Amino acid sequence: MRALTWHGKHDVRVDTVDDPEILNPRDAIIKITSTAICGSDLHLYDGYIPTMQAGDILGHEFMGEVVETGPGSTLVKGQRVVVPFTIACGSCYHCGKHQYSACDNGNPADNQDIGQEMYGQPMSGLFGYSHLTGGYAGGQAEYVRVPFSDVGPIVVPDGLDDDEVLFLSDILPTGWQAAENADIEPGDTVAVWGCGPVGLFAVQSAFLMGAARVIAIDHFPHRLELARKFGAETINFEQSKTYEALMEMTGGIGPDAVIDAVGLEAHGFFVDNVIDQIKASLFLGTDRTHSIRQAIHACRKGGRVSMPAVYGGFVDKFPLGAFMEKGLTLKTGQTSVQHYMPALLNAIVEGKIDTTFLISHRMSLEDAPKGYKMFHDNQNEVTKIVLKPDFAVAAE
Amino acid sequence: MTIVKDDAPAATSKSHDVREAGTQTLIDPKGDQLIGRSVTINRPRAELYAYWRDFAQLPTFLDNVERIDVLSDTRSHWVVKAPAGKTVEWDAIITEDVEGELIAWASEDGADIPNSGRIEFRDAGARGTIVTATISYDPPAGVVGKVIAKLFQREPAIQARRDLRRFKQLMETGEVATAAWTQKQLDEEKA
Repeated sequence: MRALTWHGKHDVRVDTVDDPEILNPRDAIIKITSTAICGSDLHLYDGYIPTMQAGDILGHEFMGEVVETGPGSTLVKGQRVVVPFTIACGSCYHCGKHQYSACDNGNPADNQDIGQEMYGQPMSGLFGYSHLTGGYAGGQAEYVRVPFSDVGPIVVPDGLDDDEVLFLSDILPTGWQAAENADIEPGDTVAVWGCGPVGLFAVQSAFLMGAARVIAIDHFPHRLELARKFGAETINFEQSKTYEALMEMTGGIGPDAVIDAVGLEAHGFFVDNVIDQIKASLFLGTDRTHSIRQAIHACRKGGRVSMPAVYGGFVDKFPLGAFMEKGLTLKTGQTSVQHYMPALLNAIVEGKIDTTFLISHRMSLEDAPKGYKMFHDNQNEVTKIVLKPDFAVAAE
Repeated sequence: MTIVKDDAPAATSKSHDVREAGTQTLIDPKGDQLIGRSVTINRPRAELYAYWRDFAQLPTFLDNVERIDVLSDTRSHWVVKAPAGKTVEWDAIITEDVEGELIAWASEDGADIPNSGRIEFRDAGARGTIVTATISYDPPAGVVGKVIAKLFQREPAIQARRDLRRFKQLMETGEVATAAWTQKQLDEEKA
């Protein structure tokens, strides 16, 4: 089969690799019909995530048709399914509590060592996202092996296009969980840092959960425009002082809840931020600041901090004093996709949530390396790229 | 230094003597190297005990054990992978057996690597069963053997933790998780 493989920083290729096979009873093989490039795939593309190996197949947002099942799978050949990016067994203690992203068993035993050493407890398995989370082959391919297929994939009802349901695999539940983690009360003002897909879904979700106002913060005009379409007020941090603007917009109180949907590439311990710091010290840069620090600084006393953004290691100068003195609460974590899928699928069927607005580009799997470069170079215009294996290759 | 008693398991003591003394109360020591590891498995105690009691099944999750032949109700023959494609072998005898609670075994005289082990099963309420493995062994050719073993990822402390995770996966999910996507890759992983 053809698959998008990682070979190093800014080096991804479409290679011919072996087709996947059923290896465990609960496995299924899915023929991919649509798969997206996630913002977090850019962290891999930029070489920020450790434990990647040359030849790893990327992709954790995908859906397709069931073509083969193991004896323990509950899926049926021919069904269309969306697959959660978190690999969860459904039978451990954490899965029993619907904390699917904390599943004890999704990550192979040997790979659990890395998480155990780095974080104190091993992480669950994820598709196509380094060996820290299992080393599973991802879905930017023609076919994929899906373990625990009786627990994860959700069957798509007839009449819904791929584009309408694909984002159930990650970013829609992630945006929804971000809003849920903000413990929104009716009438609240919620501030969201980052208007990427997760931030935009968090905006929609926050309104559905009763927020009176949502204030979206970014510097890409096109992304801010999308946030405004969903009823958010916006702050362009290149034009306005974010903390001052938030305080004025909330009558000096600060937002009741803040959501950091930016993540590690905006933060202190990775290369681009070191460059930002150098730029800032030479007065060459913008006033781009670290979103989580700013979010904590702006949040009202007794407010809630939700952090869907992906972090990997240690962060310097975390404002622990402000956090304690203001009595804030922080909730975060990888998304328990399986927990949210059924309700969010209903919301899509009922027309309460729109997902298709996000897709800016559709292209062939063969064009995936071009897609990565486009997404990396132009995050204003490129909000979401969906790859389709049967799509025609674009002319040069 | 006076040792003040606390409630931490002996296997986690900073003192070599305390670790050794603690383990000696549990098993028949076969050497210096002692390992204690616990894992919580979301299944009933009796079921876990029953699976473990049939030694022939253990190679399903004990990754470096090639096979175990059951010779009688209490005796078994172990064939274990060693570095550089070699194997080591020994006969083991069950030294203690309390149904649903614990199984202890020890290698008999003439073992390539003298060793002994004990597996205990304790109720953990709604969380299932706490399974604790205690293993004592005499590493092959001392320090050099251990360094070689570590290079080959057969270092027993790491191996024990991984084996317990695989036991948990098998008992909770009915299968051992793998990221391989072809049978060939899976076979290479297991080799």
